[in-house]
Amino acid sequence: MPERRPFSLLLVAPALAMVLALFVYPLGYSLVSAFTARDGEPTLDNFSKTFDLYGADIVFTVLIVVVSTALTGMFAAAIGGYLVLAAHPIAATLLKWLYRWPLFIPFIVAAQCMRTFLAKNGMLNNTLDTLGLVDAAGLSGLLDWRGIIVTFVWKETPFVALLVSGAMAALDRAGIEAARNLGAGGLRVLVEILLPQVAGVMTAGLILAFVTMLSVLSVPIMISGGSPTMITVDMAFRVNSYSDYGVANALGVVSYVIAGLAAWVYMRRNVAGEGAQ
Amino acid sequence: MKAALGWLLRGGVLGIFAFLIFGPLANLVLWAVAIQWYFPHKLPLTYGLRYWGEVFKPTSDAFVSLGTSILIAAITVLVCLVLAIPAGYALGRRLLPGRGLILLIILLPQAFPSVAIYLNIARLFYMVGLNGTITGVVLVHAVHGLVIAVWIAAAAFAAVDVELELAARNMGASALRTALTVTLPLAAPGLMAAAIFVFLESLDEFTGTYFVGVPDITTLPLMMFTASLAGNYQIAAITALILLVPSIAFMLLIERFLNTEMLAKVG
Repeated sequence: MPERRPFSLLLVAPALAMVLALFVYPLGYSLVSAFTARDGEPTLDNFSKTFDLYGADIVFTVLIVVVSTALTGMFAAAIGGYLVLAAHPIAATLLKWLYRWPLFIPFIVAAQCMRTFLAKNGMLNNTLDTLGLVDAAGLSGLLDWRGIIVTFVWKETPFVALLVSGAMAALDRAGIEAARNLGAGGLRVLVEILLPQVAGVMTAGLILAFVTMLSVLSVPIMISGGSPTMITVDMAFRVNSYSDYGVANALGVVSYVIAGLAAWVYMRRNVAGEGAQ
Repeated sequence: MKAALGWLLRGGVLGIFAFLIFGPLANLVLWAVAIQWYFPHKLPLTYGLRYWGEVFKPTSDAFVSLGTSILIAAITVLVCLVLAIPAGYALGRRLLPGRGLILLIILLPQAFPSVAIYLNIARLFYMVGLNGTITGVVLVHAVHGLVIAVWIAAAAFAAVDVELELAARNMGASALRTALTVTLPLAAPGLMAAAIFVFLESLDEFTGTYFVGVPDITTLPLMMFTASLAGNYQIAAITALILLVPSIAFMLLIERFLNTEMLAKVG
């Protein structure tokens, strides 16, 4: 119904205006602010200051997010693969019921759970100690970079696993059966047959998880107060303690670039995939 | 023998997995019912619900912030639906020129790391006096909720059969009447799902409220955060459990919808 087009634009206009005013405009504002000195002159000082003060935190952030994303992908692949290939329906049903729990748990609640679970006197150390596997007195807890990674992986794995197992379940089973008949083991079927076919869904899910991890402020503050920390914490600190929007926004630009690189990897993959077809 | 070993192995791995999923939650529950618990005791020394009484006192910070959270979430749902229903209709029916571009712009907030966006919104809101107001926090929650609301609404309207609308129009119903009595009721389940998603997202939102809500608006997540950093683990745990209730209820509720077919439609 092409004659209704102008009217249709009116229907989306309010939503579009909202996103333009409260997302695109602040985004532009942050880009301009990152390249502007306090006196309004254009400058790169904010960036040199950012790399001087927070260079280590930028590296720390990238490492944490990359490692967390990789682990999330591995666990999601393992869960999805087991659900599709498992010979034991009971075990598969149990796993299916188990893995989804963290999906709708808010990050801030996950952070509070882990703040106690991973502490020196938390349930993890205490359980291992009770089982006689470790001596809790000598352990320090995991409330540092390791705790951040554990929390991110715990929170993001169900989401990616849900997407991946859905995509795997929709695949043609003939290929799997053929590989099985030729003697391929479960792991080999997962790596060589299943994963290549769901790579697109997997990458899309992992990119969303990657950007989410770059956006979370509560987890690094609550899990690891010390230094080095993630750049989200530095941004909040720069604004709250010094009202230094220049450096905070320069860090923001760094976070866009990191997310942009991840998206670029995704796009390149897609283009390569289309070229192959 | 081999089968028994296999089950032992499977049981062991599933057991460890269950511990890793539920351990953190169990630790939270323990803190919620602990009165006294300090190092090196592995379990609380005394149990009780004393802190629950403190949290649910009508004058307590937690009770007030629960009210604020629900109020903000309810208004956010209204704002999102009012914006997302017409937008979702136009996008779902593919009536638009430049549909891809418009969809891309509306999905953008999900694709960028958001902390830098929020701190600039806070700076802009400060200039117009929206910082520390319910309106300001609702606007921030709504722009984020809009992504999911428009997406689901578009899918819901795309699933409504156009033939039914045409039939109503042929029998003399006006466009408005058709929309209200045919299209909207058929899309209602999808719109309901969108509303629940937006409500939960608003209820759980932390970062945006942290920047825009200060100093006057304390939602439940902010209050939990403050309690946790101050070492009030009981209060933090009880607040966290309150936040968990709607999330878990929602998960169990949509268990049956959360399957491949639904995800395929949304994508």
